[in-house]
Amino acid sequence: MSPRNRWLSGFAVVIYAFLFAPIVVLIVFSFNDSRRTFVWRGFTLNWYPTLFENAGLIDALRTTLVVAAVAVVVSTILGSLLGLGLARLRFRGRGATETLLLLPMVTPEILMGISLLIFFFQLFGAIGSIGQISLAHITFCISYVAVTVRARAAGMDPKLEEAARDLGASAGGAFRYVTIPMILPAIVAGAMLAFALSFDDLVVTQFNYGVGSETLPIFIYSSIKFGVSPQINAISTIIVAVVSIALLVAWRLGAFRQERPSLAVEDAPAT
Amino acid sequence: MASTAAARPLTADPEPPLAVHRSLRNRISARLGAVLLVAPGVIWLIVFFLVPLGIIFVVSLGTKDAAGHVVLDRLGLQNYAQATRPEYLPAFANSLRYALITTILSIGLGYPIAYWISRYGGQRKILLLILVMLPFWTSYLIRTYAWMIILRDNGVLNGILRSIGLIDEPLILLNTDLSVILGMTYGFLPFAILPLFVSIDRLDPNLVQAARDLYASGRGAFLHVTLPLTMPGVIAAALLTFIPAIGDYVTPDLLGGAQTTTAAKLIQVLFTSGRDWPYGSALGFILMIATLGGTLLALRSLRRETFA
Repeated sequence: MSPRNRWLSGFAVVIYAFLFAPIVVLIVFSFNDSRRTFVWRGFTLNWYPTLFENAGLIDALRTTLVVAAVAVVVSTILGSLLGLGLARLRFRGRGATETLLLLPMVTPEILMGISLLIFFFQLFGAIGSIGQISLAHITFCISYVAVTVRARAAGMDPKLEEAARDLGASAGGAFRYVTIPMILPAIVAGAMLAFALSFDDLVVTQFNYGVGSETLPIFIYSSIKFGVSPQINAISTIIVAVVSIALLVAWRLGAFRQERPSLAVEDAPAT
Repeated sequence: MASTAAARPLTADPEPPLAVHRSLRNRISARLGAVLLVAPGVIWLIVFFLVPLGIIFVVSLGTKDAAGHVVLDRLGLQNYAQATRPEYLPAFANSLRYALITTILSIGLGYPIAYWISRYGGQRKILLLILVMLPFWTSYLIRTYAWMIILRDNGVLNGILRSIGLIDEPLILLNTDLSVILGMTYGFLPFAILPLFVSIDRLDPNLVQAARDLYASGRGAFLHVTLPLTMPGVIAAALLTFIPAIGDYVTPDLLGGAQTTTAAKLIQVLFTSGRDWPYGSALGFILMIATLGGTLLALRSLRRETFA
């Protein structure tokens, strides 16, 4: 190993430790036998079973999952169509559409939060609900899905669709049996991203939730501000565990392999 | 400049898109396709993104009544006049300072890591990237809370420092500038590493080797070959950390304590407990202009770098 290599590797270890230190602390303290969460008092598993007796927390989790499900389905459909259209079609207003797509990604979240709050209240008198949160989440998820799908669709060989058409497929058939399967990995990736964004969102939600529609991040935020329970650590640990396992499984299954669809790759008979 | 080139500065487009094919049927289907594929998403973004942003501007010109309701009778710039009064400048200055320091730190720390993963990651590159992104997939809020546990007066870090005898009295770490910057850098570092990795990994190592063969020093090759060629990644990383950092109120709130004010935190208070939407909207609009200005500047320099 060259000295520079060794120096860099040491630095990398420090940064990885920095990235994971809070997560390790979080997990360790979820087993802490103390109401006050920041002093170590001994080991307990108590916080995990009591988690499920906390009605507010379970309600919040349910709301979060409902919102995420709606946001994922709608934003994946709208975003995939948009990304596909941008990759494959030339039309007037394409440049403007690209800009419109990028804007939500370069706008601070708080602005999207307050603008939707004003929009819903001033125009409809709405003061926050699961529906309002869902609409807001769809709005910030669309761009991420569209960008992901566009990247894949732009790398896809248009000759594949033409080949299907030449072989007698209808436009709809070519779309259904050639285009969709080819961009499916990007659609799935976009949907996963949308789920993560929606599940984790605090800022936009904070301006659009109402009584009875608190999401998990809202519940956690108010717990942190007004008296923490070690249950927060426990639920966080469960979330970290689920996410880690999902990511590692996806990695083992090769979900992150970079590949570009083209005629050459698809020569093998489809099964 | 041709409008098509402006629309897609970063992606090569070797094949002509469908609509270029000449037949009338294809042209009609392209128009139909645009309506079916693009219109729903575009309409959604106009209704739920652009229109609300426009409403922010209208409300920012209004006033509020005693009950806190927005009054749009006499529109004027009074909220902007109030926002630029000297006593509010520290909030904007803080936002800008935190965001700039966070951006510089994220790139400064992220570049070597991205470089290391790209050059020495070998077969484990993807795993190393997943490990970088894993914190991003776990709630930002929860990780910020974990830093509170670590940095408290009787927290983990002070406990460790005391037990190895480095300090007698606990250091005051939480609710300082340092803790806010640390929390933000921690939160946004993965956003910086990813684009940096992409541009470093794309760089042909032979170019660096060629510079070395032509007697460039290691530092010279880095400064004159590697760094300029990875500048698009640096600018993308800067954008991806600066934008969330300048609008962040969660970190200043949780790690900065009550006395730390930022523009975003002021806005949050004005829209929740404070209930002065017109003034909050004016602050929001200023924040938006500042962010968009920075973004356009960065994108322009990115475009120049790409086509230089």
